Amino acid sequence: MASKRFLSTVALGAGAAMFLAACSGGGSDDATAGGGGDGGTSGGGGDVTLTWWHNSNTDPGKAYYEEVVADFEAENPGVTIEISALAHQDMLTRLDAAFQTGDAPDVFMERGGGELTSHVEAGLVQDLSEVAAEEIEMMGPSIDGWQVDGATYALPFSVGVVGFWYNTALFEEAGITEAPESMEDLYAAVDALKAADIQPIAVGAGDKWPAAHYWYYFALRQCGDEVLAEAAETQDLSDECFVRAGEDLTELVAAEPFNEGFLATPAQSGPTSASGLLATGQVAMELAGHWEPGVMQGLTEDNQGLGENTGWFPFPTVEGGDGNPEVPLGGGDAWACSADAPPECLDFIRYMLSDEVQTGFAELSMGVPTNPAAEGAVAIPALAELVTIRNEAPTVQLYLDTLFGENAGGAMNDAIALVFAGQGSPQEIVDATQAAITNG
Amino acid sequence: MDVTTHADATTAGSRTAAGRGSTRSAAPAGRRRRGSVTMAWRKRLEITFFVAPALTLFVLFIVVPVVQAGRYSLYRWNGLGPMVDFVGLENYANALRDQIFTDAVMHNLIIVVLSIVIQLPLGLAIALLLNREIRGRTVLRVVIFVPYVLAEVVAGVVWFMLLQPGGAMDGMLEAVGLGGLTRLWLGDPEIALYTVMVVLTWKYLGLAIILFLAGLQGVPTDLYEAAQLDGASWWQVQRRITIPLLGPTIRTWAFLSMIGSLQLFDMVWILTKGGPANSTMTMATYLINQGTDRSLYGYASAVAVLLFGISLVLAAAYQIFVLRRDNPDAPQPRKVRR
Repeated sequence: MASKRFLSTVALGAGAAMFLAACSGGGSDDATAGGGGDGGTSGGGGDVTLTWWHNSNTDPGKAYYEEVVADFEAENPGVTIEISALAHQDMLTRLDAAFQTGDAPDVFMERGGGELTSHVEAGLVQDLSEVAAEEIEMMGPSIDGWQVDGATYALPFSVGVVGFWYNTALFEEAGITEAPESMEDLYAAVDALKAADIQPIAVGAGDKWPAAHYWYYFALRQCGDEVLAEAAETQDLSDECFVRAGEDLTELVAAEPFNEGFLATPAQSGPTSASGLLATGQVAMELAGHWEPGVMQGLTEDNQGLGENTGWFPFPTVEGGDGNPEVPLGGGDAWACSADAPPECLDFIRYMLSDEVQTGFAELSMGVPTNPAAEGAVAIPALAELVTIRNEAPTVQLYLDTLFGENAGGAMNDAIALVFAGQGSPQEIVDATQAAITNG
Repeated sequence: MDVTTHADATTAGSRTAAGRGSTRSAAPAGRRRRGSVTMAWRKRLEITFFVAPALTLFVLFIVVPVVQAGRYSLYRWNGLGPMVDFVGLENYANALRDQIFTDAVMHNLIIVVLSIVIQLPLGLAIALLLNREIRGRTVLRVVIFVPYVLAEVVAGVVWFMLLQPGGAMDGMLEAVGLGGLTRLWLGDPEIALYTVMVVLTWKYLGLAIILFLAGLQGVPTDLYEAAQLDGASWWQVQRRITIPLLGPTIRTWAFLSMIGSLQLFDMVWILTKGGPANSTMTMATYLINQGTDRSLYGYASAVAVLLFGISLVLAAAYQIFVLRRDNPDAPQPRKVRR
């Protein structure tokens, strides 16, 4: 046991390429279609095989995508698509490995921001600016997160925003009649909930990023999206609004609104995760993105999540901040073609973004569609509300960890989590992120 | 892996325990034949033939990755594209300057020490108890060994659920009137490492006990009979005969425990991911955190090399100063006589 673990440790961190190559080799086993070759090499007779990795590995999403592929193959004779439906985190790990070994799938999910920038710099994704000009036009500002130096590298199929999901019944029980609009309102709501013996807010600080979203939002409110964009561009966080964001966060943590043991609470896995606590009525609210209704459905026995009691309100306004309170934090997922993918890749992505496919996607609550024609089909009312907010927003600020890339974003999240643990200071969040940018 | 280490430990135990009186040279020297050159060549060929597959695997999956890690560790590399940014030993310097890493090393050392300090007396006591003729002995042995057999991931998830705020652990404490003892077992940076330590003890105590029990089989019964004739008490028998003869087994177990503790990853990853506030971070969780979560592959490789180095140094030191006395073929430290 001991030496086996030792080996895998060494192999994992050390011979990253080797170890991960083994993983990606296993990846092809998951492909449902039998077709030969990977990496989109053309077979005999002009036939083309596309490999596609997506993260809808549970039904109804999984079955829906199989159906979509069957339809596409029927309309495009000679094109075969090999699907790998992977759990989200597995998919990310395998993608990293696949990029390292030069064996990336033809069609893959791209989350934008700094991650995309590093993929572009390494020459791993195709520039779609010209060939997909029409679709890019259709997306409007949603496309911003997938552009690097004015060029577009992926087409988003789901873009949503982060806000507070809450249990309307528990709010009622605590006598809260209106959703909080300012931080003062939020603090009042927290007090009211505590007085009614209800845990106010769940946060999965064990996974760090859910906790980090608070700081992102404070930064967005204090700094504004333009300052954030410039900071990402120049890789410089010296504006003092970033420290103010940390001060807002310290104040929030000091008010102790979070669920018991939040430092060890995971984000979305199991009934004791932050999403699980909200879904089972043990806390009143949680700051989360558009994925939350879907996640909650998976964490309750009746697959309903909070059902009728699902409520949503945007992140409160912050007094004295320079940011536009109309701008939400958010992000999404896009389809990209890897550098070696055949031209059929774009045909497939186009089809995925068609009115028809996006409508089915919205009906199944698989995400928040980017094709305007599909927006009316979003099934859950609270989610439909998000679509309006996203569309009316001047812009959607991409999650800061994605914006700054894995290294600086990771350091940022770690430092924010320390503030949640009462160990870090507002200045240290800025310093740790800046140090990661410099050393990364 | 388990099987070999287990077997090694057992033979180490029984060999020295049972065979201490026998002459050392008998077995190997008797088989050796001199003379025929062709025989020697044939022998070499045979050795090459049988060793080659294992050696190939060893080189491919151990030597190559270690060398690769050494190479990666000299670059600033995010895992994508070619390695071009040579930074020399900067990654090492950064790791040693990072307090999270040095804290992680400390946590590993605490786990090494606590594992031995807690599991040795506990394991020994239970092994001595189970070595006696008591009712339900087999059942007890199985029960104690079950946690070790259970997959680490499964055990980790179960404990994670038990230790949740309001989980079964707190429920049990409240049920027996100890409600005041409930804690944020995994959520409080002050105690999380010790919570992990308890789970590790639960998980690995079975291994210690099984090894000690195996070692006990090698203690010759005539020694006990002699002691009995001399009127030694049970305690005296254990202290003067059993434990000293169990020495090699204990030392081998301690070695395994030490190496395992230094490379501790899975249980911590499942229970706490190194948190809260890095309070349970080990070298291995730090390595994965920096490597796969942050895409700092060069830096993570430097950490891997440091982990490898620290383990190697401690393992070698242990071999030289502790395990050597169990190996009759190794040159013994010379005693100066006057």
